[in-house]
Amino acid sequence: MVLAPVTPGCERGLRELLATMNSKPGMADPANPILPFGQFERLHFARLAVLDDPTVGDIEAHGVPRPDLPVYLALTGSCDGPADRCIADLARDAGTGLRRIFAHCDDFDAQGDLAAWTRAHQRPLAANYINWVGRTVRQVKEESALRRALAARVPRAPLASGAQAQQLRRELIEFVDAEVSAGKLGLTPPDPTPLRWKLAKLLHLLAIPLVGLVLLPFLLVLSPLLIYLLRTKEESDAEICPPPDRAALLELQQLEDHEASNQYTAIGSVKPGLFRRWLVTWLLVLIDYTARHIFTRGFLARVQTIHFAFWAFLDDKRRLVFTSNYDGGHEAYMDDFINKVAWGLNLSFSHGVGWPRTRWLLARGARIENKFKNYQRRHQLPTEVWYKAYPGLTLADLERNQRIREGLEPTHLTDAQVEAWLRLL
Amino acid sequence: MSAIQGRPVELADVQGLVRFGYKHLTEACFLLLRVRNPAAARAWLARAPVTSAVRTDRLPDTALHVAFTSEGLRTLGVAPDLCAEFSAEFLAGIASDAARARRLGDVGANDPGGWRWGTGERTPHVAVLLYAVAGGLAALEREIEAECAAGFERIERLSTSATQLAEPFGFADGLSQPQVDWDRKRPLGDHDRLEYDNLVCLGEFLLGYPNEYGLYTPRPLLAPQRDPDGLLPRAEDAPEQADLGRNGCYLVLRQLRQDVRGFWRELDRQAGGDAELRERLAGAMVGRKKDGDPLAAPGTVNDFTYQADSRGLRCPLGAHIRRTNPRNADLPPGARGLLSRLWRVLGFNAAALEQDLVASTRFHRLLRRGRKYGDSAAAARLGAAYESSAEVGLHFMCLAANIKRQFEFVQSAWLIGSKFDGLTGESDPLLGHRLSEPGNSPTDGFSIPQAGGPDRRLSGLPQFVTVQGGAYFFLPGIRALRYLATAP
Repeated sequence: MVLAPVTPGCERGLRELLATMNSKPGMADPANPILPFGQFERLHFARLAVLDDPTVGDIEAHGVPRPDLPVYLALTGSCDGPADRCIADLARDAGTGLRRIFAHCDDFDAQGDLAAWTRAHQRPLAANYINWVGRTVRQVKEESALRRALAARVPRAPLASGAQAQQLRRELIEFVDAEVSAGKLGLTPPDPTPLRWKLAKLLHLLAIPLVGLVLLPFLLVLSPLLIYLLRTKEESDAEICPPPDRAALLELQQLEDHEASNQYTAIGSVKPGLFRRWLVTWLLVLIDYTARHIFTRGFLARVQTIHFAFWAFLDDKRRLVFTSNYDGGHEAYMDDFINKVAWGLNLSFSHGVGWPRTRWLLARGARIENKFKNYQRRHQLPTEVWYKAYPGLTLADLERNQRIREGLEPTHLTDAQVEAWLRLL
Repeated sequence: MSAIQGRPVELADVQGLVRFGYKHLTEACFLLLRVRNPAAARAWLARAPVTSAVRTDRLPDTALHVAFTSEGLRTLGVAPDLCAEFSAEFLAGIASDAARARRLGDVGANDPGGWRWGTGERTPHVAVLLYAVAGGLAALEREIEAECAAGFERIERLSTSATQLAEPFGFADGLSQPQVDWDRKRPLGDHDRLEYDNLVCLGEFLLGYPNEYGLYTPRPLLAPQRDPDGLLPRAEDAPEQADLGRNGCYLVLRQLRQDVRGFWRELDRQAGGDAELRERLAGAMVGRKKDGDPLAAPGTVNDFTYQADSRGLRCPLGAHIRRTNPRNADLPPGARGLLSRLWRVLGFNAAALEQDLVASTRFHRLLRRGRKYGDSAAAARLGAAYESSAEVGLHFMCLAANIKRQFEFVQSAWLIGSKFDGLTGESDPLLGHRLSEPGNSPTDGFSIPQAGGPDRRLSGLPQFVTVQGGAYFFLPGIRALRYLATAP
């Protein structure tokens, strides 16, 4: 995430400029002249949002005066390979447009090195979730083309026997081979994961539990106090869940449902005090850990509809911003959250000012349906510009297409496996 | 929460439509009215002979129900701050903006701009629903129209078919209904239900009672000073306040025109003229045979789930009745025991995850009260040969406590959604608008899984059902109706 404070008074001009990048409300034109996202072949998703937090005064409920915090411009993207390379590409090929955007930011140096400035404004993510680690844009597009070609090709009359299914698969493989040779389909083998990444991942895999192990005795000793603090705060922290402003809600809805997927950007203040600050920090470390090492293959607990999501701190951990790219409509997304992973929402968001009351960190909270739905809409911000590299495709599509491709590889499959593969078409 | 559970339902205060479908009242019409003289309108509403939900020894010969749109409440003179307490969807209305139209599939030929009623000056204020035994409607209607004439102007009269046996495409209809927990026996509380159950908490359909989350759906609650005569019941969850919502619910009405001839001609084309195959394909699209027999569980009516048919070999995943009611529990099936449950909650059970794209049906149930219109019997009988230019279709009507989580969710995520349950390129086979989506994704297909090979796939389906009008109403409790008639 690239983050820079917007120059006071420039916010409106910035929003107007961002709107020119869209073909529909909030939907980036992939070929827009300012940031032609479609040219960047490694870019999955991107967004530009003005982080102007209307709930910043909520913290007064905790007896803390309303802080004077900046309005930020956030540029976020999910790309294959290192973020630095992505930024360098953007600065090189869309420098003029980027400069026009960043010119609305406080400390932008119009004469300086754009890539360096952009890199310097990158903020670390507290937790980062990727639906399928290692699945590239190229792979998504190639596999989608593969499915289309095979779906159009496959005869759909019922098959009489396993042998017939085997024969059909052989013919389809020959067809794919011919199409690949003719350059009509591409099935590029994946780039090997760089050794440095593997090592860093291994180090992370071991380091975090090690730190946990070191801290464990202290936690155990302190646990009565921590539990006391948690329960007292859970019982007394203010709930602030009024219905969202109708005009603001309509503005958000106008940006939604133009596509099979949607975007979500939200911001909120972390409850004051060291207890919440530490708790949310460590819980996000834990979430990041599970996202990096456990939830890397198509699901975040029971939720299978999030492409990318991250949590990031702002303003010295006084605020938290969350973004996600998800399949389906907003209401279905929130119902999925409530009905499948309310405990996970509570774990990560109940430290936000005004969150519906939780019990033991996991229970209630987001399960209080109406309060939660009001809360999340009220904290949501319009995503001014949103780009998705593969319109019309959901994660269910991506996964099916990947399985179709994987099914081409083995020299021998059982009849049942072949039939299951044919069903994917 | 369980302490207040004992209070029985005040059936005398509930409009009978919530409890009864009035099968024996074969004649019905829905009058859509606009208020012309608020005082006269209120005077009629104060004494309108509304039928309650109390069961009588002798079935009634007529029934009358009254519901309001938000514009209607405002026009009658209900105070703005009181109106504002109703749900956002009701306040905005069904045809409020392009975003809602996208969500509901009201685009293309369904666009509210082309509706016969439901927008602008053609937005009803009040719906008066009349039901009568055969031969009784005309007299009732004359009487009510005469009474209403001073206060209201009629903008539309929605007539209904005399026979309600099959819907115009020829399929038995109205078979799947939730069983409403009138006795308040369903245990409350917020925990996962591991089995699908057709018994649904009263609060999913009536305001003022706990819903499936064990919570009270927001509705207008008033300080007692605003109800000095004590017309309204008190709120269960806030006994010091008067509950304007209690015993009422929201009512969604949509006029759906059905192209019967187009439907059967298309199926004939898809079947290559094979009559037996044509019936089979139509049944696959509906999920039931014409006589109502469900493909997933032949021989039953409504007491089944799709658990034994997870791949859709018997009933396609995208079949109409599977989309409208997927009949699944809060957790995908698996072994009993805490560890297995934890494993599924964390998403580690791959087989369970595959069946988990759609879950927790119990939060998305609709109580349907629709009626067919036009010569639906002839249409159902003749199919492709139905050549009359007279329109046939369905006045879709459903009742719910939460328009957004129930009607709008089912309509957008399950029916119109082209990615329901991992499918692609198809929306509801009966109701879909067929317009392509970004990325050149079609929505006009339908896939029928087959054992041992690729799905049979229908493509290029035309639109069979077109929306002609619609509105969101509030169907108040009877005491609330009298209260609203005082223009509080």
